[in-house]
Amino acid sequence: MSDRTSPFARDTTLHGDCDRRDAAWYIDKGVEWLLFLGGISAILFIIGIFAFITHEGMGFITTRFDAGEFFTTQYWTPSDEYDPEYGILAMLAGTASVTGLAMLTAIPFSLGAAIYIGEFAGERAREALKILVELLAAIPSVVWGFIGLSVMNPLLIALFDIPVGLNIVNAGILLGLMATPIMTSIAEDALKAVPDRYREAAEAMGATRWQVIYKVVLPAARNGLLGAVLLGVGRAFGETMVVLMATGHAINIPDSPFDAVRALTATIAAELGETTAGSDHWGALFTIGILLFVITFLINLSADLIVRGIRGK
Amino acid sequence: MVTQAPKIQVDNLTIRHGERVALRDVSLAIRPNEVFAIIGPANAGKSSFLKALNRMDLFTDKMEVAGRILFNGRDIRTLRNLYALRRRIGVVFPLPVGLPLTIYENVALGPKLAGVRERAELDAIVERCLRLAALWDEVKDRLNDYGSLLSGGQQQRLTIARALSQSPEVLILDEFSIAIDPITTMRIEDVLEQLRSELTIILASTSIQQARRLADRTAFFLDGRCIEIGDTEPLFEGGARDARTRRYLEGRFG
Amino acid sequence: MERFATTPLNRRNRRIQALLRGLFLLMTLLLILPVALILATLIVKGGPALTFDLLFSDPRLGMTAGGILPALLGTVWLVSLAMLAAAPLGVAAAIYLNEYAGDGWLTRLINLAIINLAGVPSIVHALFGVGAFVLFFGLGASILAASLTLAVMSLPVIIVTTREALAAVPMSYREACWTLGATRWQTIRRVVLPNAVPGILTGVILELSRSAGETAPIMFTGAAFFLPLLPQDVFDQTMALSLHLFVISTQVPGVPEPLPYAVALVLIGLVLMMNALSIGFRLWLRGSRRW
Repeated sequence: MSDRTSPFARDTTLHGDCDRRDAAWYIDKGVEWLLFLGGISAILFIIGIFAFITHEGMGFITTRFDAGEFFTTQYWTPSDEYDPEYGILAMLAGTASVTGLAMLTAIPFSLGAAIYIGEFAGERAREALKILVELLAAIPSVVWGFIGLSVMNPLLIALFDIPVGLNIVNAGILLGLMATPIMTSIAEDALKAVPDRYREAAEAMGATRWQVIYKVVLPAARNGLLGAVLLGVGRAFGETMVVLMATGHAINIPDSPFDAVRALTATIAAELGETTAGSDHWGALFTIGILLFVITFLINLSADLIVRGIRGK
Repeated sequence: MVTQAPKIQVDNLTIRHGERVALRDVSLAIRPNEVFAIIGPANAGKSSFLKALNRMDLFTDKMEVAGRILFNGRDIRTLRNLYALRRRIGVVFPLPVGLPLTIYENVALGPKLAGVRERAELDAIVERCLRLAALWDEVKDRLNDYGSLLSGGQQQRLTIARALSQSPEVLILDEFSIAIDPITTMRIEDVLEQLRSELTIILASTSIQQARRLADRTAFFLDGRCIEIGDTEPLFEGGARDARTRRYLEGRFG
Repeated sequence: MERFATTPLNRRNRRIQALLRGLFLLMTLLLILPVALILATLIVKGGPALTFDLLFSDPRLGMTAGGILPALLGTVWLVSLAMLAAAPLGVAAAIYLNEYAGDGWLTRLINLAIINLAGVPSIVHALFGVGAFVLFFGLGASILAASLTLAVMSLPVIIVTTREALAAVPMSYREACWTLGATRWQTIRRVVLPNAVPGILTGVILELSRSAGETAPIMFTGAAFFLPLLPQDVFDQTMALSLHLFVISTQVPGVPEPLPYAVALVLIGLVLMMNALSIGFRLWLRGSRRW
């Protein structure tokens, strides 16, 4: 190679190198296949999760399961030796009430924080606040649960003069705080996605900052904000440790926010260890798992569709 | 005149980016060791044309190429190893791209990837290419600095050194001077003057004067069509057959 | 001097605006307040019990006394193995998505799967771990099964952060490398990955800290309430910090009050330290980018 007079003098009629696949060519192809397998792993795991929990729940579903009993009765006595009952209505109510209260807490706060961070705060304050909100997301759920037991419980007893402070309010507030970071961050993304020319146009017409936000930015970011709320609902709905530790874990259809309830997730966490693999009770817990999987799947799917909807525009 | 086999022959080339048609049915031939300029306003299809020559369309989302491109008489779609084709074609982009590597590595990367292992050989290539690109004297004492620390003009010359590192048969320059100062532009034009006897140079430019200074032949692209091809001097001296070419060369639009 | 006349309406608007601005700031601060309160409570109540002995000795007297060493080590084991499994897979997936995949239906399907995988409740991951790793693959309740469960859970976050790190590498670098005749993989290995590694590490550390706090996924897959001996290999069960906190605060009678606070303090300290590391890393990165 180096003995040629001019480095550019090359026999241009030969294309040997262009027809010969070298090691690099084959390595590239091989790596591409490996990476492809990595790429589809997420799909395989989603299918795998559904398949394996269905596999474990199947024994119960095909023999003992009765949709009417399962969804519309509130008696859950799976360890009853003679007449076990598998009604999850009370747990549905428990999960719904706690999730609902969590959203009542989280929506105003996360929206307010997103508006402040996205529309009012300066560059430095924005960075700092985002990091602090991230810290909120870093607190492990079992620590939240412990706070529910040790801090919120006596606090609620003292504040509202109730015998026990483990109830919907306790878990709902904590879940709300837990769901806030992701909601704030998605909501802020949605606000950021509104083009600046909208704001400028409104400001040019003499609108104040708040009028711009209220009349222009929020309506334009509507779908993204809805997506943020849905994701928050998904988080609160699927959370386990807080509802296990802070709701009181009592099977009960609540009629007051100070009632103790029990959540679907908490039921699995509390009972799976006490059952034998393959029993009806085991299968029933996995059936609840299937239900949780399907519901969160639908929530996340619709959140994604809604958020993507605005991006596509 | 002896008719040489064309270096690159393009037949009925049409390029689409998604829905948008960037190039329509262009046919032309580029001779060995000539400087061939493509001029025309923005969005004329110049860059798309250049991208197709080394099959960058394969790595570009939604870019579709129809038609035939012959390189040394071979249809480039039939080559079994397109990476070898790309080693024979050096490319310089509009904006200088100093890879986040040292100056030395920027130039040595291509030969290394092609399998050159010996340090002495690499050293020789790096020095030769940096000299060719008129950059050696400025950087010879800091070859281990990051390429991205160089000035824009130096980076563009580094890009040329890199493009020459595998002794290509064809050098493609896409608007190489839009982001650099006039002095560097002149130096690079001098470099190209020196290289013209050694390899085929294809140049896309919005600068009419640059094409006039450098090119043996010039093609005028407009809206994805090749309007006219001719020897540079006659074309610029008012010999353009097409009215649009004449008006463009007179600076009436573009 | 005011250039425009100050009308009453104008004044009113400005007052409303100041008020609202204050309100939103208050809401943001109220969000941060709990973190501060929680930390303060844990430090005040658990701080005194946070001793050398707590960190480096075994639990005694039915976990009502002694230390948390086995749980601490167990957590380190679990998250290290989880990341060892999840990081290569997640990075591979991210490279595929960012560098190879086009815009087709498969890519859309993969993205959908990632989003949903991230939203699967942790207890459902636990059920999957039990059904797949513990029972089907016969690993039993073990460190390995629990780590793999955590790994599946961590996958989406690692994919998403790695993808962002890859996308931040300018496209022009890839194009420049391709024109030299580099294959896609050569380009990724020589130019793209070296510039994305810091960003990828940031994401992995963040995910490491999140997994350390997870409780539900390891409950039935390999973490035990109490073990008299340290695990010998990855097929043994282990104690874990997060589960230990759950156990001593709900399941064990007679635990002295400061103990669970101290354990929570250790757990949150561990998590926040890793978070701070990741955030610091990210800020440093932003300052020292080479392009």
